[in-house]
Amino acid sequence: MTDRVSFRERIGFRRVGGVAEAGWGRTLAVALVSFIYFLPVLFIIFTAIKPQALALSVPPTLSPTSFFGLIPDHFVFTPTLDNFASVFSRVMTAGGQPESTGFDRFFFNSIVIASASVLLALVIGTLAAYGFSRYPLKGNDTYLFIILTTRMLPAIVVIIPVILMFRAAGLSGSYLGIIMLYTAFNLAFTVWMMKSFFDELSTDVEDAARIDGSSEIKVFFKICLPQVIAGLAATFVFGLILTWNEFLFALLLTGPDTRTVPVAMNQAVSSGGRGTDWTLLAAIETLFLVPVFLTTFFLQDHLLRGVTFGTVRK
Amino acid sequence: MSTIEIRDLTKKFGTFVAVKDANLSVAAGEIVCLLGPSGCGKTTTLRTIAGLERATAGDVVIAGQRVNNLPPEKRDIAMVFQFYALYPALSVGQNIAMPLHREAVGSREVAARVRKVADILHLRDILDRLPGQISEGEKQRAAVARAIVRDPKCFLFDEPLSRLDVELRHSMRGQIKAVLSNLTKATVIVTHDQLEALTMADRIAIMRDGLIEQVGSPHEVFAKPANVFVASFIGTPQMNLIDAQFKSYGNGKAKVVFDEQDVDLSVHPAVANLKPGRVTVGIRPRAFTVVPEDTRDTIDAMAELIEPMGAETLIHARTRTGSDIRVVVPRNKRVKIGESLHLVPDPAQTHVFADDGKAVRT
Repeated sequence: MTDRVSFRERIGFRRVGGVAEAGWGRTLAVALVSFIYFLPVLFIIFTAIKPQALALSVPPTLSPTSFFGLIPDHFVFTPTLDNFASVFSRVMTAGGQPESTGFDRFFFNSIVIASASVLLALVIGTLAAYGFSRYPLKGNDTYLFIILTTRMLPAIVVIIPVILMFRAAGLSGSYLGIIMLYTAFNLAFTVWMMKSFFDELSTDVEDAARIDGSSEIKVFFKICLPQVIAGLAATFVFGLILTWNEFLFALLLTGPDTRTVPVAMNQAVSSGGRGTDWTLLAAIETLFLVPVFLTTFFLQDHLLRGVTFGTVRK
Repeated sequence: MSTIEIRDLTKKFGTFVAVKDANLSVAAGEIVCLLGPSGCGKTTTLRTIAGLERATAGDVVIAGQRVNNLPPEKRDIAMVFQFYALYPALSVGQNIAMPLHREAVGSREVAARVRKVADILHLRDILDRLPGQISEGEKQRAAVARAIVRDPKCFLFDEPLSRLDVELRHSMRGQIKAVLSNLTKATVIVTHDQLEALTMADRIAIMRDGLIEQVGSPHEVFAKPANVFVASFIGTPQMNLIDAQFKSYGNGKAKVVFDEQDVDLSVHPAVANLKPGRVTVGIRPRAFTVVPEDTRDTIDAMAELIEPMGAETLIHARTRTGSDIRVVVPRNKRVKIGESLHLVPDPAQTHVFADDGKAVRT
């Protein structure tokens, strides 16, 4: 037998044998439900490639292609990439000078802030989780519970003290401030997630490494970490999605230079005077999807193992 | 010299005493098996020797050096774990090479030594595979290879064969013994399987509830069990342990009463020093001779269940008042269910245990 992964397995069908594969009826039903869930995303992506004039047309134009005559002509629009171009700079109607929208900066901010804080949380949290798992304190569970409670609290409850603290410390509007805040946010989740992965590992393997002459540092880096790569990947993606989408704290604690995309988008919607440019907004949103989508896509093999706890052993 | 010695070793987990005042010394080239039921403290003893647990009291001495305060990596030992504990992310070859990293030997030397042990343990073809891709038997051999690739002061094995099926266990037992007999190292093997201990060990230490009950050669612990526990633990089928009343001793025979039978048993002369009272008489199932007549020397019982075991036949017999007696007879001896058996025990294999459970031999 070859180990080649068939196309059907790759797209998520189960391997035949043991569990019976669903018939066409059920498969189509699932496809239909999935499509309904995907519809809003699809609508945004299509809006992003519509000519601006058609954004609010009634009835709406639905598709960039007629699908071989399947869709009547008045629902079809001609796709354009103009909206993506104008995400970063647009030609103003009056003066004719291209004006920067600032979104190059906002995307840069989002990427720097999200990745820095998630990676920091991953480094600190993984070390902490290893400590909680292998060198338990007296009252270990109490500490872990307290860490978890920081996650149970609705964010809105702590917003006022956080703002005051940031003002007093001069961190408002700085990268450092928002990165520290997001790191703290992600830490609770990272510690819990990674601890459960470390708990799953066989301590015999670590003992064997000790006897074979490994120091504690080497045991951690050479023996334990390679076994929890799936967990690191899963934790990274979850943290990234949470941080990437965060709005409330970003709104209150970032300044004009450190503004993230969600906040900037909000301001683009409500910017006075000219009204909302829906196709531009759709283009921003589409771009906003890409980094998380790519990360998830490249880590998918690890994610499948990472999200199913208890299967990392052996 | 490669030796291991533990002196008055005690290990407590909280208030639970896992090992109590254990004393044991293993000479260079000697294989000692720690044998006992699960939870008796044998693995804890081994882990304390390895340095994976700290002794609560007492000393661990390896090659003449007290190592209580040394971490495992400084004790210069090799250990094989029950679940093999191969490094999942490393190939079999890298696993075997791992202990060599601290010796600062060149990569060519490492490769040569890995190849050498791989040949001994028939791992040559699977050196590039990951532990997840090989069979239980191969994992076991890889774990042994990793232990013997270096030249440590001693070897520790924790239930090395318990995860293998019967056939594989049989052949690995021989292989491990052969490998170890070529090395002149002190070796401790933990096992709960008496057959493993009897076949592999030079000496056996039998443990129960954290105490070492007896240390002796396989022959000794079988032929001269120190107490009732050792007598019942070693040997299959289990030794018959009969509660009896000791009356008196004379002419090399002890008068005992059990189950309303008066029996004269040939026993060890030391029994003469015993005061009359409750004793336990231990007789191995293979130590009976079946005689045609009921005499004062015989134990009488009725065959109730017959289990052919191939070369021999195991008979479960019952005395008049309901005590069970196991008797093993040769295959050609025909016994029918319900038949009365008159059994004469072999004097050399009749053990008397005093009220406190200790064998009466001095």
